Order: sequence, then structure tokens, then C-alpha cells
Amino acid sequence: MNGAEPLFRMEGVSKRYGGVRALEKADLTVHAGRVHAILGENGAGKSTLIKIISGVVAPDEGRMTLDGREVTFPSPAAANRAGIVCIFQELSLIPDLSVADNIVISNAPTRFGMIDRRAQQRLAEDALARAGASDIHPKALVKDLPLSRRQMVEIAKALARNPRILILDEATSALTAADVTRVFEVLKRLRSEGLALLYISHRMHEIAELADECTVFRNGQKVDTYVAGSKTDNEVIEMMIGREYSHVFPPKPAAIASDKPPILETRHLSWTDRLKDISFNVRTGEVVGLGGLDGQGQRELLLALFGVLRGCSGEVLIDGTPVSIQSPATARSEQIGMALIPEDRKTEGLMLPMTVRDNLSFAALDRVSKNGIVDRAAEDRQIDEMIRLLAIRTAGTDIPVGALSGGNQQKVVIAKWLMRGPRIILLNDPTRGIDVGTKQEIYQLLRKLADAGAAIVFYSTDYDELIGCCDRVLVLYDGLVRRELVGEGITEHALVASALNIDDGAAAEPAAADA
Amino acid sequence: MKDWRYWLAEQRGTLLAFGIFVVMFTIYLVNHPAIENNGFTVNTVANVVQTASNKAVLLAFVAMAQTLVVITAGIDLSVGMIFILTNCLASWIVVGSPWQTALGVVGVLAAGLACGAVNGLIVIYGRLQPIVTTIATGAIYFGIALALRPFPGGDVNGDLADMLTGKIFGVVPASLVTLFAVVLIVWVPFKRSTVGRAAYAVGSSEAAAYMSGVPIRRARFAAYTLAGLLAAMGGLFLTFFTYTGEAAYASGNTYTLFSIAAVVLGGVSLFGGTGSAVGAVFGALAFRTIGDLLFVFDFDPLWQPLFQGVVLMLAVSLGAFGLFRVRNRLDWFA
Amino acid sequence: MTDSTGTPAPRASILRRIDPAIATAFACIVLLLLLGSLYSSNFLSPEYLLQQLKVASFLGVIATGMMLVILLGQIDLSVPWVVTAGAMMSCAAASYGLTGEILAIPFGILCGVGLGLINGIGVAYLRIPSMIVTLATNAVAQGLMVVYSGGFSPRDSASDAMRWLATGFAIPSVPNSVIVWAVVGLAMVFLLTRTTFGRAVYGIGNRERAAYLSGVKTRRIVMIAFAISGGLAAFGGVLLAGYASKAAQSMGDAYLLPAIAAVVLGGTSILGGRGNYLGTVAGVILITLLQSILSVMQMPEFGRQIIYGVVIIAMLLLYGRERAAH
Repeated sequence: MNGAEPLFRMEGVSKRYGGVRALEKADLTVHAGRVHAILGENGAGKSTLIKIISGVVAPDEGRMTLDGREVTFPSPAAANRAGIVCIFQELSLIPDLSVADNIVISNAPTRFGMIDRRAQQRLAEDALARAGASDIHPKALVKDLPLSRRQMVEIAKALARNPRILILDEATSALTAADVTRVFEVLKRLRSEGLALLYISHRMHEIAELADECTVFRNGQKVDTYVAGSKTDNEVIEMMIGREYSHVFPPKPAAIASDKPPILETRHLSWTDRLKDISFNVRTGEVVGLGGLDGQGQRELLLALFGVLRGCSGEVLIDGTPVSIQSPATARSEQIGMALIPEDRKTEGLMLPMTVRDNLSFAALDRVSKNGIVDRAAEDRQIDEMIRLLAIRTAGTDIPVGALSGGNQQKVVIAKWLMRGPRIILLNDPTRGIDVGTKQEIYQLLRKLADAGAAIVFYSTDYDELIGCCDRVLVLYDGLVRRELVGEGITEHALVASALNIDDGAAAEPAAADA
Repeated sequence: MKDWRYWLAEQRGTLLAFGIFVVMFTIYLVNHPAIENNGFTVNTVANVVQTASNKAVLLAFVAMAQTLVVITAGIDLSVGMIFILTNCLASWIVVGSPWQTALGVVGVLAAGLACGAVNGLIVIYGRLQPIVTTIATGAIYFGIALALRPFPGGDVNGDLADMLTGKIFGVVPASLVTLFAVVLIVWVPFKRSTVGRAAYAVGSSEAAAYMSGVPIRRARFAAYTLAGLLAAMGGLFLTFFTYTGEAAYASGNTYTLFSIAAVVLGGVSLFGGTGSAVGAVFGALAFRTIGDLLFVFDFDPLWQPLFQGVVLMLAVSLGAFGLFRVRNRLDWFA
Repeated sequence: MTDSTGTPAPRASILRRIDPAIATAFACIVLLLLLGSLYSSNFLSPEYLLQQLKVASFLGVIATGMMLVILLGQIDLSVPWVVTAGAMMSCAAASYGLTGEILAIPFGILCGVGLGLINGIGVAYLRIPSMIVTLATNAVAQGLMVVYSGGFSPRDSASDAMRWLATGFAIPSVPNSVIVWAVVGLAMVFLLTRTTFGRAVYGIGNRERAAYLSGVKTRRIVMIAFAISGGLAAFGGVLLAGYASKAAQSMGDAYLLPAIAAVVLGGTSILGGRGNYLGTVAGVILITLLQSILSVMQMPEFGRQIIYGVVIIAMLLLYGRERAAH
């Protein structure tokens, strides 16, 4: 472990996108047989770093050496040939092809110029077994597999290439807990066989378990490299955000007693096998959080409320009256007054090529128009008001919204909905991939909106957010509300415990009010 | 044990097209006047099948060509014009001694390849959208066809023509055999090769294909070029049937549009990534047979276009039934 | 043509940033005019230019509808027979007696709207790709017209109103059809830039998923857009019938590809979400001029086809390219 020549080295690498410096004179050293974790906020340059190493983009300056020799990678295929394989967050699987096709897609066994199907099947089965995913049938089409299975196929595909350096970019975010355990076993075994691993994750406990050394990036530059475990979590976070880390959440008001019916209520809401008998309510001025592991129905619940899912059974009541919401158009109407900040702002929340102004007013055009004709003056006034209110930082308002930073893009999405003055605001993991400063602003905003009378339902994968922002948290598992945590009872321990309380096969513990 | 189930699911579109064709053709055959007059003799059936096959095979070739491009999530609106162009060219050069004829055939096929290659190059290196590219190149190919044959005319090697439009052993139409052979020699190797799979990958998700190191440009080029080749086979056969070359604009247009219909009927998705040329072939055969059904049932020929149009509309609406199973409305959108 | 920048600026005009595509299109128009003048001295005369505009106006009306559909990211291949249906049905109504003659034009347009609705429902509600739905509608329209005409070429004549619209001169020396095109065009510009419908069209063309999640009734808007496109195509047919005094079989075939080309050459992206009506105007004039010059040059048909195709590709290569993958 000590004194070994580095397998791969990166020196002084920079990359700019337009005016934005994604990576600035970055250094990195990777050793064989070691797991090197990379940490940093989104926008810190991790993704760009990985894309350069794996050949997806070319650096503007700097050099990379492999086994002491300088290398360049003009394409992912070139990097693969050099033994560098990356498992991306956005999957590189072809949906309409089978698992086996995907696993060997870049180096299929051939016979007489045609693909040798039987050899391919065997290779695929081997790779799946090595990744601990033998339950996946090689002939299944990738598009028919759930996300967690697809991620396992992605891992199997990477392993089938016999990499020397394996890069995992948030690769476990979609996996079930059981998968993560299996994958970690595989990775540890490969490490002992000499594989070098670059591991990017936000999950501190995973890094603690797997990593040998860590590097922190901030604003495109390397901040520090240290041996895993030699720094406290707080120290690490401070390196990531560059200043003293303190929870900055707005204060929560005392619980409001009211005899009015809750503004939003569901009774026995279910949908296919993803939502099973969900009953909860939200009162005016409340911020209710949805917690639990990824993929337990939180996203589906929000979509169901917003009218996107078809075939929901059970009741949804607004102000005590049952309603049927079958489309976002109905959900956002005056009578119901709902808004949804969707999961993926780039494909669901914004039209990237359109201007900031056009995006901002898009959901509220009916409110600034008469008989279908847009009142430009009223529209402009409201747009300017929103920009001011949310402090949206942009070089100009007639530029494509795609040019804005992630945080400001998300602000545009939120502003777009605030223009309607909604009473019920649903948020689907709104601070994912956003810088800390903007996150704080969003927390303040949510509390202000709640104080002004809105009801907020807020799904987040970040425990700190749930603890800091929410009056109540519903922890979901397998489409059911496992536990409801209230006020002081919302602690990280309680959240983690109720999220992980159930493991495969064991009977679930009944939901109990937390002490 | 479950393997065949996966194969079944994958071939669903093709099998459906096959089923539709078999049903249609059986109805056609049973009600055909020649059969009604002479009964189900081998000779009668063989004649009926031969006539039907000769006509349908033309569309089948063009449909196969279209499939290749559609798989890559593209579209080729010039296939009909390549079909016409090669027909006109063939009426000039597929004549004379056996050697000259052979060279002529090679020349015609090469011309189809060249047309397809031009399409491919413009789409790949010009980075233009296939729909507008092929609209423009279609005009160019038609212009060339018109230059070759301002008026219908020309000739073709009679022996070759008779051989390929006749019957083998007095039973099986030679055109069908040729179609089958082309599927075996061109489509199957393509589909099973890395380039063919790359074509599917490109159509399914170009971004994922790039990240996986799939040879995107090579796959596209192969698809467009082979499409030109297959369209040329169609043009060649047209010459064998009609013994002339004619730059018929309406015909070229019709074949292009019908090829899209055949492709959709054959279970190939216009969004790319799935489907088989075999399915498109059955789609073409079924399409043609439906048209012929009217003749067989003695419908007023006046109603044939409407009938064909309505059937086409119903056929493409079939896919809408899948909508009932959609539970998440976001699945409506890409 | 610059504009003041800085937050919050007053809304910019349509011409704030000249789209390079539109600029190129107009430059080519000028080039063609100069080229034409080399062949014939009266190519640049006002009478001839107005004549060109008149010929262009039929394509212009049709291309207007096509642009709306392309902005959504869809395509309308039913233009050939919707045009013909509009022509034939308006002539049919015209021969029906006095009420028929008065209602001839709206009736023709309504037939187009009906066919367009079929397209719209298929695309928006049945989620069938527009390429194939419009193809099927085209075939159905053809079938209906064949049945109606009994297999003969259409024998009904156009009404006087139709003839006047297509060939008359309400304003001295300005052909009526040009005025019609201008009115249609201005209405479309208004629709696209000043109404919620127009904004929704651009949004849907850019990213239908996001438009849907914003609460826009995307399906309804797509359906209406196709209905408008059908109506405009039929209107083009009505005008053409007025021009020729009667309808003709296959009269619409010659308008499909030029309509698509005109829209695309005008800078509208075939993928949707981006485009400016001024560009479509330029594209229509460009194509019309191109065809006129080729005929003035007495270029044989084959040459015209080839040059037509080459010019489209050349122009698209100039400004229609997607960004490189890297």
C-alpha cells in the first residue's frame, strides 16, 4: 500500500464551459489496489473530472499519465481500451437491447463477422455473477428492468471490461440496501486484486466503509487529499463548502391548532404496487417532509397528488372536500391551487432553450392574459417581481435558461410556480445538485411561504433538510407510511432507523409514535 | 426455459405482422376468382401467388430499405426515388449479353448504394436532420431519373426478367425466393453483426450509445447505404416486371409513403431501436394484399383508395391500445 | 438591430436578434433576383415581382399551417390531399345553389379543419407518431375525394368569390391572394407571439413533458394546431381552385415538400420549439423564386429537380446544422 508508484496521475487539468470554469488546475493521484473517494458539492467539478478521465470530454489544459506514460483519451472507447471504465449516474445502457447485448456492447465476441450469441450469453452471465446480480436474466430488455436492476447491469458491464481503474459516479443512489452490500463486497474483492477505484458519493457512511483516501473538490479546484477517517465529518463538510458549517435553517413555529379541515388530505391512496394505502394530511402553514430510502414511493405520491398518475384508488380531499385530480391542469386550477416542483429540472421543470422570462411565466400565462391574449405589461411586472423576490442571478432575462447555474435554474422553476400563488406546494427533491448558498435561500423561502399560509409537502434525500425544515416527517417504505415523526422527534437517528428498519424478508415493525 | 419467452416478446411486432398477412392472404386466396373457377389446384394457386408476389415484392424491398434507416431513429423520404432512379438506370444497362447484363445489375445496385451513401454522408457529416435531407436528395435522385428517362422506354434482358419473375419448379414464385435470399444475405448478417446492433443502439439512445463507445457514425452510414442497396433491388425488379424505365414521380412518392406504412405495420417503431425488416416485409405484403382484397371481393375500384386509407388508419391506431396500460401519464412523453 | 440590455428590460421586438437563418434566406432571395435579372430584363420589374408574390401566396398559406405543426415538433404529411379536398369541396359547394356558393369558401376550409382534427386526435390523444397519422389521413382524404369525383377529374367550377380572392385586385395592382397571405401571416404571427396558445406551442415544441407538468393542456393545443394546419392547407386549396377556376386531382402533391422545405429554410427547427414566421415568409419566397428562375432559364424539368434539391441541402449546410456531439 505504501510507496507504490501511482497508477494514474492528473496534473494541472482545466476545463471551461463558456465562461464557467468547471475545473481549474486539478490534480489527482490514483494508486492500484486502493479506493479513492472524491467529495464535493455539485458544481465542484467532480463530474467534469470524471468525464475527462473517462474520455467523454477533452480537457483544455493539463496532462494525464497512466503507468508513468502520458495519455489522452479522445473518446470513451479510447479510455476503455486503456483500462479506465466509468459507471455513470446517467446510465449508458441501451434501453431496447438486452442485458447481454449491453454488457458486451463494446467488445462482443464474433464468429464470421457476426455476433456469437452463445458466447455473449456466457460472458454476460459471468459478469452478472461477478457483480452479484445473478438474478437478472441476460435476455431481458433493459427498458423492462427497474432502475436498481439497471444499475446492477451497468456495474456488471463495467466489470466485464476488466478495468484497471473503475470509476463510480454516484452509482449507488438507485440501489437497494441489499444491492449496496453485495456491490461493496465485490468492490472490496476487486480492490484486493489490484483494482483502483475512484468513488464519488455524497453518502458519508459509504465513504467511511469503502475509502482508503479522499480528495475534496470545491469550485473546480482540489482542496485537500487525506487518509480516510482522519477528518471529522464536519471538517470535511467545511472543506466542501469553504466556510464554517452550521445548520442554517429558519426557526419553526409552534404547532398550530386549528379546527378547520386540513388543506390537503389523502385516505387510503394507492397506485399499482408503488403506493399502498397512504393516508396523511397537511394543514395550512405546515411543512411536511417525506423521508425514507430512495424509491419507496415518495416520488409517486407527489405525482399522484398532482394528477399525473392514472388508476389511483382512495381519496384526495382539498379543504375537506373530495376531489378528483386527473391532470396537472386541474391540480393547478384556482379551486385546488397545487404546484409541483418536479424531480428533474432540466427535462421536467424548464424548457432549456427558451428564455428565462418565457420559462418564468409559462405556468401562469392564464393569469396574465385575457381571452387568451397575453398582457405583456402585467406579465413583465410579475416576472420582474419574481426575479427580485427569489434573487435569481442571471446575466440577462432574455438569455436561454439553460445558461443559468443549477441553483438559479431551480429558482426559476420555483418562481414559475409562485407566480400562481399556490396554496399547496409539492417539492420533489428540490435541492438536489444545488450549491449550499441557494439551498439556504430555498429553506428560508419555504418557511416564509408556510408562514403565509401555504401547505408544503417536501420530499428530500437529505436528512439534514428533513430535520431542519419540516414540522412533521413521514417515512415511507415500500409504498406505505412506516412512521410519522413530529417536531422534536425528527432526528437523524429516528429517520435512519425507520428508513432502514426493514430488511429483506424480515417482517416489518409496526409504525409507532416515536418518543 | 424462459429463453423462448424473451424471443417471443422481442419478435412480437414481426409475428403480429405475419399473422395479419396470413389472415389477409388466406381470405384473398379463398375468394380469388381464379380459385373459385378452377378450384384449389396447385397450378391455380401458384399463379395467384405469383402475381400477388411479384407486385408485393417491390414494396417489400422498399420497406426493408426504410426499416434500416428507421431503426437508427431516422427516416428516408428518398427511398421511392432511389427505387425510380434504379429502375430507369436498369432500363439502360441491364441488357445485352449475359456478361453485360451481369455488369448492368452490379451497376444498378452500386447506384443504389451510392445514393444511400450520399444520404448517409450528409446526415452524418453535414449533421442535418434525416427528414429534410432525404426530401432534398429525393428531388435530386428524381431529377437524375428524369434525365435518364425523360419518356418511358428502354428494355431489359428478357431471359433474366422471365427467370426472376417466373416460378421455380412451377410452384414457388422466383420473386419470393429472391426476397427470401436478400433477407438471408443482407438483413440477417446485418442484424447479427456489431454494426447492425450499433444501429439499434443509436436509434434506441444515441447518448447512451456514445457513452458506451458504440460506432455511431459507422452504424448510420451502413444503415443508409444498405437502404439504398435494397431500394435498388426493388428498382431492378420493377424493371423486370415492366420491361421499361419510367420516371414516375407519383409512383416514387407513393412507394416512399407506403414503405413508411409497411414499416409501421411490421412493428418497427418510428422512434428507432426496435423492429425487424422481416416484420416490415410482412407489413408490406399485408398492405398489398389488403389492396388486392377489394379486387377479389369485386368492390367498386372507386372505393379502393378509401378502403386502403381507412385500413391504414385503423392499423396504425392499433398501437394506441397500449395507452390503456399506461399508468403514469408522463410515459406519454419521450 | 441591437436593443438595450440590463435588468428588467422592456420586451424586445421580434427582430431583436436577426436569426442567421433568416438573414441567409433573404440574402439568397436577393441573389436569386440578381441572377434572374441576368436572364430576363423584366425580372426585377414590379409587375413580375408582384406576380411572383401571387404565386408564392398559395404556398405561403399552406406553409403557414405547416410551420405551426413543425413548431410543435411534429409533421403534417396530409397536405397533398387536404389541399385537394379543400379545392374540390369548395367547388362542390359552389355548384350547389346560392347558399352553396356563399358558403363555398368556409365549407372548403371546414373540410380541412375536420381532416386536421383527425390528425390532431391521433397525435395528441392516441399518441401515434404524426408522420404516420398524417400519412393515413392523406390516404383517407384521397379515398374520399376519389369516391366523390367518381374517378373522373373534378368538374365543378369555383365560385366567383373564390376566383376573386385568388385572382382579383382589391387594391390596384396588388393581387388579392397576396393580401390574403398577408392577413393569414399576420394572424399567425399574432397567435404565436401574443397569445397563450402560441407560447404553449413553443413550450410544447421545446419540451412537451415540462409543458405538461406546468399544467398546460398540451393535448388540446396539439389537436387544435393540427386542425389549424388542416384548415390552412384546405384554404390554400380553395385559393388554388379559384386561381384555376376549378380543382384538379393531385393538385396538392406539388405543395407538400416545398411547404416543409420553406419552413425549414426559414430557420424553423424541424425538431420543434424554435422558429420565426418571418423566416417562413423568406423560405416561401425563396422557393418560389427558385422555381421561377429555373423556368425562366428554360431549364428542363430534370435540371430543376436536381438544382432544387442541391440548393436546399446547400442552404441547410450553411445554417441548419446541429451542434457537434462533443
